[in-house]
Amino acid sequence: MRTLLVANRGEIAVRILRAARELGLRTVAVCSEADVDALHVRMADEHRVIGPPSATRSYLDEGAVLAAAAESGADAVHPGYGFLSERASFAQRVVDAGLAFVGPSPEAIRLMGDKVLARQTAAEAGVPTVPGSDGPVPDVHAALAVAERTGYPVAIKAAAGGGGRGIRMVESAEVLREALPRVQGEAQSAFGNAEVYLERYVPAARHVEVQVFGDGERFVHLGERECSLQRRRQKVVEEAGAPDLPAEVRERMTRSAVALAAEVGYHGAGTVEFLYDPQRTEFYFIEMNTRIQVEHPVTELITRRDLVREQLTVAAGEPLSFTQEEIRPEGHALEFRLTAEDPDLGFFPSPGTLTRLNLPAGPFVRVDSGLVQGGEVPPFYDSLLAKVVVWGDTRETALARGRRALDEVEVEGVATTAPFLRRLADHPGFVAGQYHTTSLEEWMTDGSEDGLVRRSA
Amino acid sequence: MSEHTVRSPLPGVFYRRPAPDQPPFVEEGGTVSADQTIGLVEIMKQYQEVKAGADGSLSAFVVEDQAVLGAGDPVATVEVG
Repeated sequence: MRTLLVANRGEIAVRILRAARELGLRTVAVCSEADVDALHVRMADEHRVIGPPSATRSYLDEGAVLAAAAESGADAVHPGYGFLSERASFAQRVVDAGLAFVGPSPEAIRLMGDKVLARQTAAEAGVPTVPGSDGPVPDVHAALAVAERTGYPVAIKAAAGGGGRGIRMVESAEVLREALPRVQGEAQSAFGNAEVYLERYVPAARHVEVQVFGDGERFVHLGERECSLQRRRQKVVEEAGAPDLPAEVRERMTRSAVALAAEVGYHGAGTVEFLYDPQRTEFYFIEMNTRIQVEHPVTELITRRDLVREQLTVAAGEPLSFTQEEIRPEGHALEFRLTAEDPDLGFFPSPGTLTRLNLPAGPFVRVDSGLVQGGEVPPFYDSLLAKVVVWGDTRETALARGRRALDEVEVEGVATTAPFLRRLADHPGFVAGQYHTTSLEEWMTDGSEDGLVRRSA
Repeated sequence: MSEHTVRSPLPGVFYRRPAPDQPPFVEEGGTVSADQTIGLVEIMKQYQEVKAGADGSLSAFVVEDQAVLGAGDPVATVEVG
């Protein structure tokens, strides 16, 4: 591997370019017409403009990216996250062109990208999946038998539903008996398909994920991340490790994640996502992401490993540079996602020119951003301005450092979520590490003294 | 007969279809009501509906599908009535 093309933009393109430059690689950036002055373009040895601003005609255009790779003499392509990173067709075309794809095989992307196949593969690897009917339930009799096994509450889900639609939670056999035919009828009229299945409903569920790495021969984990603080299913703050996770659960969860990576002969960085039930202290497989994730820095800070560098060396054919025993997580890390959205206007997107940009620094503070003062936040891509990542020897120290870092943020020209994140850093539920996937939205509608409802002074 | 100019409320990318594999919200020459959606503007991965803003017939789109718009840019013309 001599020349790396980075098929992405923003902070992750900058992050990848840094790792590539430290390895002495020649670097090629790609950009849309809206990004020609962006930091990632300036940081690379050379760049190719691959299309107009709209992402579908530039960063998502497989042919344009492949052409840029061929013209620039790249022998490897790093897709980053989002855009083309989990498109098996793109990975296949990169490999067919004789280049190294920095990620797993197209087969692994395909397998883990298919919900049903991924769940089957997880089950075969001995990874727990959510107890349920494993397919449609024909009638009330069958549903009652399934619920006997899963326990109550149980969720009735329309097979053709999704994204939170077509779900009914029932507390008892009596309610299930009466609700099932009704949900089937509703599914028929809403989705044109009456099929429903049953799944254990997990109240106060947490989203905990495990970072894994493989070189096709050896498979390791780098600990877990807590990602339950979400707004509209988007992560807002992430932590490594997960607060209050029993050691025994962590042990089982990380072992499961490694087993899944081994089952598919995994190559590169991946994340196995779990739904964690704190009441039963049980966890269930959700999905595996076959790319580097936004929140990878919290893992890097507690393990002192450069995950992007490792992606590159593994893609170049080298074995993993560390063993499981050498990974000894230390301290606690937090990541705050600073976005160009206006918390006072329902988080409405706020593109514009950054007339002022002063990002935090100082001891144990890391800021990953693709922006500089005077630069543009275009309206065409996601709203992430910077990731403010802090480390502390304890969670308490990390949190104090996070507050200090957020206080240093100065942005003019676009609205940002900095004031919202700063209030969140003082919220008693967050301070206590007591939260689950719906907590943040509950706190945001809580008008009491502790709540995050914006109060005018 | 008067004309109403439909303007984009936001900067972003204009879409005439709800999804790439679906038909356009409305064809040129089609009848529209004031609160009818005639397109979407994508800003930072969020989608905002563009309403006709007047009852009448949509005489023409003045931008192409997936055109880049500034806030307040004209999108289409509606013949009112």
